[in-house]
Amino acid sequence: MAGIVRHGAYIPYHRLGAGTAGWQGKKERAVAAYDEDALTMGVAAARDCLEGIGRGEVDALYFASTTTPYAEKQAAATLAAALHLNRATFTSDVTGSLRSATVALQSALDRVAVGHSRLALVVASDLRVGQPGSEFETEFGHAAAAVLVGNRDAMAEVSHTVSVTDEIHDVWRPAGEPFAGSWEDRFVVQAGYGRVLPEVFALLCKEAKLTPENVSRAIFYGPTASAHQDMGKKLGFQPAQVADPYMNQVGHTGCAQALLALVGALEQAKPGEHLALAGYGNGADALLLVTTPLISKRPAGRGVGGYLASKRILEDYQISLRWRGLAPLKGGGRRPGIRQPSAAAIWRERAENLQFEGIRCVACGTPQYPKQRVCSICHAKDESEPYSFADKKARLFTYSMDYMTPHPALPQVFGVIDFEGGGRMIIPITDQSGEQLHIGMDLEMTLRKIHYAGNIHSYAWKATPVRQSVASPATKEALG
Amino acid sequence: MTVGLRDRVAVVGMGCTKFGEHWDKSTEDLMVEAAWEAFEDAGLGPEDMQAAWLSTTQSGRGGSTLAHAIKLEYIPVTRLENHCATGLDAMRNAAFAIAAGCYDIALVVGVEKLKDQGFSGLQGWPEIALSEAKPVLPAPLQFALSGTRYFHHYGLKFNEGKEILAKIAVKNHKNGALNPRAHLRREITVEQAVKAPMVTWPLGLFDCCGVSDGAAAAILASPDVARKLRPDAVSIKGFGLTCGAFQGQIQNSFDYVHFEETVRAAHMAYQEAGVTDPRKQISIAEVHDCFTITELMTYEDLGFSPRGRARDDVEAGTFALDGALPVNPDGGLKSFGHPIGASGIRMCYELYKQLQGKAGPRQVKNVELGLAHNLGGRPSRFTCGICILGR
Repeated sequence: MAGIVRHGAYIPYHRLGAGTAGWQGKKERAVAAYDEDALTMGVAAARDCLEGIGRGEVDALYFASTTTPYAEKQAAATLAAALHLNRATFTSDVTGSLRSATVALQSALDRVAVGHSRLALVVASDLRVGQPGSEFETEFGHAAAAVLVGNRDAMAEVSHTVSVTDEIHDVWRPAGEPFAGSWEDRFVVQAGYGRVLPEVFALLCKEAKLTPENVSRAIFYGPTASAHQDMGKKLGFQPAQVADPYMNQVGHTGCAQALLALVGALEQAKPGEHLALAGYGNGADALLLVTTPLISKRPAGRGVGGYLASKRILEDYQISLRWRGLAPLKGGGRRPGIRQPSAAAIWRERAENLQFEGIRCVACGTPQYPKQRVCSICHAKDESEPYSFADKKARLFTYSMDYMTPHPALPQVFGVIDFEGGGRMIIPITDQSGEQLHIGMDLEMTLRKIHYAGNIHSYAWKATPVRQSVASPATKEALG
Repeated sequence: MTVGLRDRVAVVGMGCTKFGEHWDKSTEDLMVEAAWEAFEDAGLGPEDMQAAWLSTTQSGRGGSTLAHAIKLEYIPVTRLENHCATGLDAMRNAAFAIAAGCYDIALVVGVEKLKDQGFSGLQGWPEIALSEAKPVLPAPLQFALSGTRYFHHYGLKFNEGKEILAKIAVKNHKNGALNPRAHLRREITVEQAVKAPMVTWPLGLFDCCGVSDGAAAAILASPDVARKLRPDAVSIKGFGLTCGAFQGQIQNSFDYVHFEETVRAAHMAYQEAGVTDPRKQISIAEVHDCFTITELMTYEDLGFSPRGRARDDVEAGTFALDGALPVNPDGGLKSFGHPIGASGIRMCYELYKQLQGKAGPRQVKNVELGLAHNLGGRPSRFTCGICILGR
């Protein structure tokens, strides 16, 4: 039976919280750094999910997000490139609704069930921005989740799926507008969420001959933490049955919310559990998952537990505004803008920039980046093979921290790094606080957005201090 | 059998504008001022020039930029760019043309007008011009990579390292205060330099050279012509130029505590000039102090100080104006700023005046050989030019 064979997550390193000057929110919120977007967070969650899996085995990719970088240009294709998937892969963006993740998941299940794909990756990621000062701003958080769907060896098999479609303006964002808006709260909860979610759950219960007591974990969308809590009661669940949607640690993560909660629940699930999952947004989807003995075999990635535990509270709320382009950059003077990038050059360098592909000289064995026609060490010409640095660890050889050049995250840090297995680079170091840096420290690689210029979003790899996970008990073994 | 440049090309006239924020002067104004000082110095005019080289990285394209400014009529003019070492490379190419016997007299003009750009620092040169996906490293950041590593490599505590660098800045500011052509003409203290705002850790404000407008010019001639023009013409004794091939960005063995481009260019220039003991034989040096850490490392790369011991010479005052081997007697980039295309020629201007005994209050006694060191690009991909001038 089709089901979930692997899962992964990504939560940004930075949080707005009690220690953040000027932050009005009551709970912690994960905030994407200036160089992250829905796509880069999606890549990070997908890598977490695929840790230890041959990338060539995946043959379908669904990217669910309401905040894809382009209105017209497929984000899933960029993800597939960054993840080094086969060219013979079905790719699709699923967007336009906060339930895009459950829509994508159902589509992936269908695809593997009919045999069109063997392994389909579903990635949900959202970077929704609340207008400064609004309630949405204090509620929204940024995260991504990923599940790999297959027709055999599932750790959680999907036995039933049901859907409801519903026409309503409760929460919406017109094309081209930066901020989501909503109608009156009571309308949103009563006429939308409060009406449709019970409807889809009733359908699922009927279809699967299920009662709330039979459900081990209820995993469902909530517009706010309190509405989510109320819904649990309304659906007839005990608080212990309801899976954490991470509203109080991460925030409302848009269309990633339901999938993130599912991944969190899977991390803690035992064999033989019934997990009911529901996503909401202009209708609703509900799925029943039954865990198998394979659930005991934890994936190698960090998962929700690992990423939740690894964080840094931002010192000032203004920084988060700067990261979203809602406040001016600090630093002196005007600088020239970034020139129009060439689509031809971006295309030519796609493996270099998205897959972090360099070469390894076959004659002398030295990995090198970027690609060199003539080996820097032994001068052999055209005797190389592709070599990716994306999954390689590295050590910091030297670094410097720039406080003067206007930049969203001061200091701007560059490092000279030496890769495990050979190779040297000068590279930006992101998600660091400056003071934690020291020569010899361990670094890992992360795909980030470099800039937006000339109507083009540009992506490239950066180094970052290894995300130190103070693992929660539930995920300790996963981190191995 | 190659013969090299030694004593085959002479400098017969030089000019140098005041460096600074010339809001009221154009590139044309600066080139005309520098060139005419050189013409008057040599007793020649633009009509005597048989060929010319324009040294600029971003203040004009093509030889006609120079031809137009000073009205060179239908002679060969080449515009040259080789990062921040553009100035010395233009000198070198003009010298080659004279040594080859193609011309008797050639003009070199270096100019840069940076203060029209509206911000401090240099406009970045993207590594790969088209995809724009490779990050652009601000210049201080590139050199600060060596600062961090040098401190670590030689076990210098942050404050110790900062103080050594500060002393270099203090020395150059002191020399610059004596020079009417310098941009920044005030002395500073070690404490000021150490406590200055951080630009790029570990380099503070006074560890970085300024941004200025300026121009400098040189007239080169064959030795026969030079003898007829003046008794105190200066002779090119040796030249070296090297380019890195991104080794420090690719090779794990690149140490960031020395710059091989300088070592190799110095070796070329020393061999040509017959220098075997640079610390003794070189009387004065103008080195590329874009950042204080660069000057510190350059002492070692040029063979003035043993590896890792340049700090001892800094402490001992070896490189001060009254020291055994004055470095940057004119104030260096620290006091002049760095109008890129002009800097290498500005260095030669100081050596030329010192060799002629015309350096005024900065005059060093018994100057036999002067060395100019012009470094462009960044660690691992430098262009390094070194020129040795003598009598």
